[in-house]
Amino acid sequence: MDWSFILAHIPDYLGGAWVTLGFGLCGVLCSLALGLLCCLARYFRVPVLRQAAACYIELARNTPLLVQLFFLYAGLPRVGVLFSAEACAVIGLTFLGGAYMAEAFRSGLEAVEPSQAEAGACIGLTPAQNIRYVIFPQALATAVPAIFANVIFLIKETSVFSVLALMDLMNVADTLRTSGGRTVEVLFMLVAAYLLILLPISVLATVVERRLRYAGFGDQHSV
Amino acid sequence: MTDAILRVQDIRKSFDGNGVLQGVSLDIREGEVVVIVGPSGCGKSTLLRCINGLEAIDSGEIWLRDEKISGQTKNLHLVRQKIGMVFQSYDLFPHMKVMDNLLLGPTKALNRPRQEAEAEALEMLDRVGLKEKAYVFPRTLSGGQKQRVALVRAMLMKPEILLLDEITAALDPEMVSEVLNVVIDLANSGMTMAIVTHEMRFAEAVADRVVFIEDGLIVEEAPPEVFFHAPSTERAQRFLQSFTYTSRRRP
Repeated sequence: MDWSFILAHIPDYLGGAWVTLGFGLCGVLCSLALGLLCCLARYFRVPVLRQAAACYIELARNTPLLVQLFFLYAGLPRVGVLFSAEACAVIGLTFLGGAYMAEAFRSGLEAVEPSQAEAGACIGLTPAQNIRYVIFPQALATAVPAIFANVIFLIKETSVFSVLALMDLMNVADTLRTSGGRTVEVLFMLVAAYLLILLPISVLATVVERRLRYAGFGDQHSV
Repeated sequence: MTDAILRVQDIRKSFDGNGVLQGVSLDIREGEVVVIVGPSGCGKSTLLRCINGLEAIDSGEIWLRDEKISGQTKNLHLVRQKIGMVFQSYDLFPHMKVMDNLLLGPTKALNRPRQEAEAEALEMLDRVGLKEKAYVFPRTLSGGQKQRVALVRAMLMKPEILLLDEITAALDPEMVSEVLNVVIDLANSGMTMAIVTHEMRFAEAVADRVVFIEDGLIVEEAPPEVFFHAPSTERAQRFLQSFTYTSRRRP
């Protein structure tokens, strides 16, 4: 292992890491928002929106991100819709992630006892107040593991952004490898970089899950 | 009867063609405690759930004072602010401490200032013997304690009428009386209530009027001393018989 090569190229990887993390987190935040909207449309059975959400979720979950990106970057310009590579990255990741987040939220909502919604209604809460104060906090507690799994999954998915010619970690490594040929060092740094980004998120997930468990959530068993 | 606070007129409700309520009419006066009894599956819980709109009725009308509440969908939450309901399964919100459970309705639905509502909540918790439990999570409470909190939660909305749906059915026997004594206190303070229960001795103690329902119809209505000791219908007699046992030891 050539450590001087590794040291010399740390700045390249740092740049790539920022691209990966920046687009990843951007996509994650937009995915959470889109997922929440979709899942609320289905929960409240909003006509039209609800069916639209269901179709979108199936479409997004059953096509690869790479294909979705090709469609955005190469397909849409043919019909006159042009996005920058950066916009394509965020839109593509959000398109994919929104569907997964919607399903994570839905699994959480379905785990909340129906009688909780009735109890909330019985103290005169509006449906919106009921979901905000009674249902959603409990659903979120259940959905946290799934949400974090999605966060990690989405950040890893950014590795296909190299097709958009964005200099994310994957592209940095690929460029170095093809130009210099030091495959072992290059790939070693690539793995290390992804681990450095994703391990802290995994740890955070565990901490948050534990917090929620011990704060008195999940008291559904003692009827 | 013009002094009725709640008027239920000929309501019908069926689930999948199964007529659970087949034309039930019931008036409840202010301050009156009506206990609804009957065999399981007779429609008594459905009746309570229809009154506050948890189930939509197929036909008939429900009036709360001068307001027709059946058929409303948009302002159902405003109607429910006036009709308290407590269930068998307590249904406290597990992610909130007792006090937050109590204050959610008053502060969010009624827009009352938190401080004022909190003082009142503490006072009511004190009355049911749970003042020291105000800031714990519900999972640390016993069933009887949870149900008393649920009663306080309903009462803090200052409802016009309180519906109690088998609120002791899930409790261990020794916890039943701590909950029912709270209900009797409420009755004594003039709270209007419709109570579904299987506790016949409690029913006799608390009721101003007993309504016996079977197969989705009111079969008999009578003051408790009449209903429990000299029921006029044969079906009520048979129902009450099922609560007595013959000793197996012969003299």
